[in-house]
Amino acid sequence: MKTILHIIKKEFQQFRRDPKMFGIVLIAPIIQLLILGYAATLDVNSVHTVVYDMDKSYESRRFIERFKRSGYFIIDMYAENYEEVTEQLNNTSAIVAVVIPKEFEKKIQRKETVPLQAIYNGSDGNTAGIASGYVAKIISEFSKEIVLDFRERYGQKSSSVGMLTPEIRVWYNPELKTRNFMLPGIVGLLLSVITLILTSLAIVKEKEIGTLEQLIVTPIKPFQLIIGKLVPFVILGFIAVVMVITAMNLIFGIEVRGSSFFLFFASFLYILSTLGLGLFVSTISKTQQQAMMIAIFAILMPMVYLSGFAFPIENMPEVIQYVSYLIPLRYFITIIRGVILKGIGIEYLWMDTAALLGIGIIILTLSSLRFRKRLE
Amino acid sequence: MNFVRTKAIAKKEFKHLFRDIRMLLILLFFPVFLLGIFGYAVNFDVKNIKTTVYDSDRTELSRNFINALNSSGYFDITKFIDSDTEIRKILDKKDAQLVIVIPKNLSRDFHSNKEAKIQYLIDGVDGNTASLIQNYVTAATSSYNNKLTLIKVSKTGSKFYTPIDYQPIFWFNPELKSTKFLIPGLIVMILIVTSAVSVSLSLVREKERGTIEQVDVSPVKSGELIIGKTTPYIVLALFNAIVILVVGYILFDVEVKGSYLLLFITTSIFLFASTSLGILVSVISDSQQVAFNISTMASLLPSVILSGFIFPIDSMPWAVQIFTNLTPAKFFIEILRAIVLKGVGLQAFYLQVIYLIIFATVFLGLANLINSRKGKTS
Repeated sequence: MKTILHIIKKEFQQFRRDPKMFGIVLIAPIIQLLILGYAATLDVNSVHTVVYDMDKSYESRRFIERFKRSGYFIIDMYAENYEEVTEQLNNTSAIVAVVIPKEFEKKIQRKETVPLQAIYNGSDGNTAGIASGYVAKIISEFSKEIVLDFRERYGQKSSSVGMLTPEIRVWYNPELKTRNFMLPGIVGLLLSVITLILTSLAIVKEKEIGTLEQLIVTPIKPFQLIIGKLVPFVILGFIAVVMVITAMNLIFGIEVRGSSFFLFFASFLYILSTLGLGLFVSTISKTQQQAMMIAIFAILMPMVYLSGFAFPIENMPEVIQYVSYLIPLRYFITIIRGVILKGIGIEYLWMDTAALLGIGIIILTLSSLRFRKRLE
Repeated sequence: MNFVRTKAIAKKEFKHLFRDIRMLLILLFFPVFLLGIFGYAVNFDVKNIKTTVYDSDRTELSRNFINALNSSGYFDITKFIDSDTEIRKILDKKDAQLVIVIPKNLSRDFHSNKEAKIQYLIDGVDGNTASLIQNYVTAATSSYNNKLTLIKVSKTGSKFYTPIDYQPIFWFNPELKSTKFLIPGLIVMILIVTSAVSVSLSLVREKERGTIEQVDVSPVKSGELIIGKTTPYIVLALFNAIVILVVGYILFDVEVKGSYLLLFITTSIFLFASTSLGILVSVISDSQQVAFNISTMASLLPSVILSGFIFPIDSMPWAVQIFTNLTPAKFFIEILRAIVLKGVGLQAFYLQVIYLIIFATVFLGLANLINSRKGKTS
């Protein structure tokens, strides 16, 4: 026990002596939180729009007015011909061009159907899809009014047919902010970076400098060395988690709806896996550069992208969905989101918790064994 | 500038690179690996929305409506429930992303020509998916409504009238696949890792091990040193770019629509800029750990989040939009999308090219300035 404490103390001293590193470890989470909180949004709220109004009538202007009033569209320019439309879509950030055909007004008055073209710059498929939804909504509201207007004019009081209408309610995140979805995930991301990458670096550094051999010839046992090396990063990880959760609440108003205790417990279970992976990386790399590259590209990135942190697992092909079951971050992110956004606890999340515990124990045991073998 | 000396350093650096086979494999193999993951796993294309239905109407109308939804391909109706008490649990447990509640008198209301409301409860945790689901249910309801109206109206003999027929056309990416949109960004990310991050690490390594002092006392000038040290990584990065484009074409049908020459020139300019960033980082930091952290913070993170790679810049608050101009990746992604997806020429992105050149000069200038300051104090 005493030996372990000594190693922990030594590790902390090393932190202290490298203030740049220490600063980075503690400041980075907050910067990440700010950047992600303010920039990482898939909300589509300013669609750059080109309008080509061939009709230039009262009705067409009324229609364009709808786009302006919706708050989603910014009309960048009014085109005079198709060349200009093409030019705008090709060379600027315009996302949609709405083309109002000739006789728009006349056809509406004659009760004929007007075709309305909207040309999208589809290179960002997601934005284009959502923008198209907005346009469809504007058109359907406009159409509804025209129909109602007619009925009034021709004296049909009630509608001759019934109507099915959707009534949509969004739970947990009624404003549909991407931010609420992304930010809790940062807790998982941070813990992974601190515990996985920094652990592996710290061990490989000793290897690279040659001090690991000195440690081996001392009476320190391998497991004491492992624990002593890992504990400081666990502590550092928890400090970062507390900082991020506090900052999330103060800056973005995202509160932990569920039990904080359960959140920390789950964090601890998750750390078992990342520490294990960190150890594993340290056994297969000889230099810090290698360790970083392996940790980031072979482990962290796939883990982040397959965990559902930014990209919904439900959208992935089935095979990859199965692969994602192997990824501890997947369960942790489910738990974090559940606790923070939905306020649910272990009664619904026990399966993810159990998975996290199982994977953590397996990874940590295997890596420790491998690490020990390497030492001997 | 002495070409022989530069070449010697480049040769030495190449040897370093090739001797460290693990590192080389990582640098060569992982772009393809990442591309695979990205191509298959990373997308926002919402399909098969897990749906639970609570049908308390149980009429022909409600059943037909549910069948229509099921056959649309977007909704995957996995469960029917008999009471509304379960709804909360289902959404809490993430058993379904969407719960459709059909009220008791849907059919009666509809047939007595009233407005019949169908309730949709959406799990909003993932705001983006939720808003796409919202679009789908609105469209599905209104198209089913139109169908019903058409039948009913044709029975009574009057004409069915839709004032506006919405015809959306999607250019450049008709199926709206997010893969096509993400691949240019991925190229940029991988290039940044192989150029900015690796360069800064390899320069700092010499510092950390003390070998830089040996180089300092040799007749090699710092310009020669830097060019020699960065050339291998630039070559490697260009090679990576080619591999990604080829794999992207084979696996995901992402074709380069524009000119290859322009692509090559702009990529080189970008590599110049990001290598300069790497040099700047190496000047600031004393250890590989610090260099690594600074370069991920200064280059990798912004290039993923602030560059428009995944998140549209137009949706960010204006203050953040100004910040996005600090990352060269933003401009290069715009260039790549213009060349690869749209196939347009220089007139669409000459400004971005100029920005990249400005970046490179500013980074190099700063690095030079800081370096000479340090030289004086030490």
